[in-house]
Amino acid sequence: MTDGNILSLITFLPLVGALIILVTRGDEASVARNARYVALWTTSITFFVSLYIWWKFDPSTSDFQFVQETEWLGGAINYHMGVDGISMLFVILTTFLMPACILASWTSIEKRVKEYMIAFLVLETLMIGVFCALDLVLFYLFFEGGLIPMFLIIGVWGGARRIYASFKFFLYTFAGSVLMLLAIMAMYWEAGTTSIPVLLAHDFPAEMQFWLWLAFFASFAVKMPMWPVHTWLPDAHVEAPTAGSVVLAGVMLKMGGYGFLRFSLPMFPVASADLAWLVFALSVIAIVYASLVALVQEDMKKLIAYSSVAHMGFVTMGIFAATHQGVQGGIFQMLSHGWVSGALFLCVGVVYDRMHTREIAAYGGLVNRMPLYAVAFLIFTMANVGLPGTSGFIGEFLTIIGTFKVNTLVAAIAATGVILAAGYALYLYRRIVFGEIEKDTLKSIMDLNRREVLTLAPLLAATIFFGVYPAPILHVTEVSVDNLVANYHAALEAHRVAGDTGLFARAASLFTGN
Amino acid sequence: MTNVPDFLPALPEILMAAGAMALLMWGVFRQCDARETGIGAIGLFVLVGALLLIEPNEAVQTFGGMFVVDSFTKFMKLLILIAAAAAIIMSFGFIRHEKMNRFEFPVLIVLATLGMFMMVSANGLIALYMGLELQSLALYVIAAFHRENARSTEAGLKYFVLGALASGMLLYGASLVYGFTGSVQFTAISGVLTAEGPNIGVIFGIVFILAGLAFKISAVPFHMWTPDVYEGAPTPVTAFFGGAPKVAAMALILRVLFGAFPALEDQWQQIIVFVSIASMVLGAFAAIAQTNIKRLMAYSSISHMGFALVGLAAGTPEGVRGVLIYLVIYVVMNVGVFCCILAMRRKEGYVESISDLSGLSTNQPMLAFLFAMLMFSLAGVPPLAGFFGKFYVFMAAIEAGLYPLAVIGVLSSVIGAFYYLRIVKIMYFDEAAEPFVQPLPGELAAVLGVCSVFTLLFFVYPAPLILGAQTAVGALLP
Repeated sequence: MTDGNILSLITFLPLVGALIILVTRGDEASVARNARYVALWTTSITFFVSLYIWWKFDPSTSDFQFVQETEWLGGAINYHMGVDGISMLFVILTTFLMPACILASWTSIEKRVKEYMIAFLVLETLMIGVFCALDLVLFYLFFEGGLIPMFLIIGVWGGARRIYASFKFFLYTFAGSVLMLLAIMAMYWEAGTTSIPVLLAHDFPAEMQFWLWLAFFASFAVKMPMWPVHTWLPDAHVEAPTAGSVVLAGVMLKMGGYGFLRFSLPMFPVASADLAWLVFALSVIAIVYASLVALVQEDMKKLIAYSSVAHMGFVTMGIFAATHQGVQGGIFQMLSHGWVSGALFLCVGVVYDRMHTREIAAYGGLVNRMPLYAVAFLIFTMANVGLPGTSGFIGEFLTIIGTFKVNTLVAAIAATGVILAAGYALYLYRRIVFGEIEKDTLKSIMDLNRREVLTLAPLLAATIFFGVYPAPILHVTEVSVDNLVANYHAALEAHRVAGDTGLFARAASLFTGN
Repeated sequence: MTNVPDFLPALPEILMAAGAMALLMWGVFRQCDARETGIGAIGLFVLVGALLLIEPNEAVQTFGGMFVVDSFTKFMKLLILIAAAAAIIMSFGFIRHEKMNRFEFPVLIVLATLGMFMMVSANGLIALYMGLELQSLALYVIAAFHRENARSTEAGLKYFVLGALASGMLLYGASLVYGFTGSVQFTAISGVLTAEGPNIGVIFGIVFILAGLAFKISAVPFHMWTPDVYEGAPTPVTAFFGGAPKVAAMALILRVLFGAFPALEDQWQQIIVFVSIASMVLGAFAAIAQTNIKRLMAYSSISHMGFALVGLAAGTPEGVRGVLIYLVIYVVMNVGVFCCILAMRRKEGYVESISDLSGLSTNQPMLAFLFAMLMFSLAGVPPLAGFFGKFYVFMAAIEAGLYPLAVIGVLSSVIGAFYYLRIVKIMYFDEAAEPFVQPLPGELAAVLGVCSVFTLLFFVYPAPLILGAQTAVGALLP
């Protein structure tokens, strides 16, 4: 094993597991059992291998590390992998959440277990690839490829309205992404390559940045999701099986934020600065509106889905504030939201497996029968609210600080979102956990079993550990973020000197014809 | 010209013509069935293919400059051979089950293939017409080959009447071009036009020629025959229609436009852009409401031809390379999908309704997986091969600055994704229907396997195809 191809190893390891599952034969029960174990082992091994890159990662440089480059499509489109401080932790996040997903599906998935596990392993490969790809076309390949397994996961193993949800999910994301594909091609003809490190250094004309930015925005805003293109998310979350929701909320939403950080901000700084107001506006609308909508939900998963939309609002706000704290906060918030929202969906899954309903009204007084569950759920709820001492606090706090320096009003409105979050999260918790058990069906409900404890414990540990001691994460991202922010401001300054900033001036020049 | 022309460049065609006649004799005197002549035809194809491969790559013209052989024709002919051979192999099972086991069927396919070879090598208006008609007449007959079946006969007749109309338009255009330039040979026409500049008569001629050729690739607005013929013709014939003839007609369009009318690029580019947009959009919308899988594939092929034309609209070497890559990938996917359709057989016979696929993933997981994969590929979802086809044509369109065309194109591919997804949905999300007859005939499974492996793993090693297309383009656009 050399450092040169470690990322390819991590990326394609799950695929090996999928192939092993594919060739297993036998009666249905034994195939299902084997598939579960192979998937669990594969994802666990992938996680431990991925820890190696965290261990060997050099946080003192903003260069790409573990780089591998091989000839692929010709014409300067290569198979190019590598990570820096921004992307490395997302790889870890993905591999970290996957074993939990497999464990969460252990008994709740009964039909077509083999296909299910294959879909998840393929999905893992594609998701890791998104964060490792250093070539735009390769990135697009992984980014879009993920739609296929997710479409099947929602559609085959989902709830009652699964078909509607899966189509909506697929077509929304697909429509956003094809515009990005055109932008990628335009960048290729402008810069002569699709290599991300080269493009990061390339200075696109301001006029062109505007259109490219919009095309990328179309894709990432849907993926993120930002208001008003978020409507696929509640449907997809509600209908997906528990592990599907975990992956969606935990990893797939982060691809949007990662895309903003990797492409929009550093490659199109002028457009990012000019259109920051748009992102701010959409972000605060998302924060306030989604929180209010979450308040009135009757379905647990839907409530958490809307809370995801609100939390992603903080991320986009922080990223486009383009300050050190804002971007750091955005990354931290994405990571923290990755395991917190994942864990919340797992918590919903725990009671759903027992009662087969997600209606909030069907529960109440669970603390009496399920003390362990109540504790775990409480901690994750608090992290979701952003209570100091949990990882949720660090991200929100940093993004608000970062934005405060740039736009006080936006930061102030966003801060009210924290209060609203406390409102809907605590309200949810009270209705489900506190009170007396009144419903007969709940009187015999069992507390967490060993498998469920094993699933939730690592997430719980991460929530508390990084809430108290966030340095390991911030330390890794620091230099890369500094570099990103410094380059961003330098590029902006250069264009300002050249006099080609200002969206409205440019829009006007479009009409006057120069 | 009293000299005897050089026959050597046309050796593959001569061999194929002689082989077709020999097969016909063999069939008549031996009273054998289609399987035997079919195997003979495949043997012939292998021979011709080998001959093509050992031919030198440089461009040679013969028969008074009317017939051309270069790496472009070689690329196209090999593709046509593969598509035609696949169609014959796929038909074996169908012919047996549907009692249309007559030896003429493979012979007609060989004759049609010969016509396509002529089309690809045509370097003048007369050679063009000769190839086109040879191909078309053979195709009319095999469309109606299931002669006891009313729908098949109807398809043949419809195809014939509309095809004759298209041929008429093409001839009219050809005569206009001849009248205004004084030549039927592409290089000479090009020389005249470069010297004298655009001319309204020639432009009219191009419009008519393009109308006739657009009919052959079933591009909007000359697509009306496609759904009916696709639906009515026997399924292996439909599979054949979807592949080789479109490749040949597209090769012809490329040769005519770049060989004879490069000076009028500004003029024909507008036509291609319009036809391309219309095909993509109509194909995407009209397919949504279909219930018959063959009709759906007809609309799908209309929109795919629209996508291929995007590359041509760019008018650059990159664009033409995109068209060639698109055609190869499209042909493979098309063959794969029709293998799946031919697998849709119950005890009482072949079925064609999309709802018959219901729950296929529980009855035949492997077949459902391959079918679904091909559908995702047709929709253009990476990392499957279909994505790369679209990638290269849109890449060229962006380079040429055709932004509206590219944006409309990708958006219609999103709409198209809806109906491909619908098939996946029916196979995977719906309750299982009555299963199909298993196992598949061996030869069908083999063809399906090859197509699927190509589609699924194209991204691992795309270089040979891309380089091959690059070389072919070099011959067409020096």
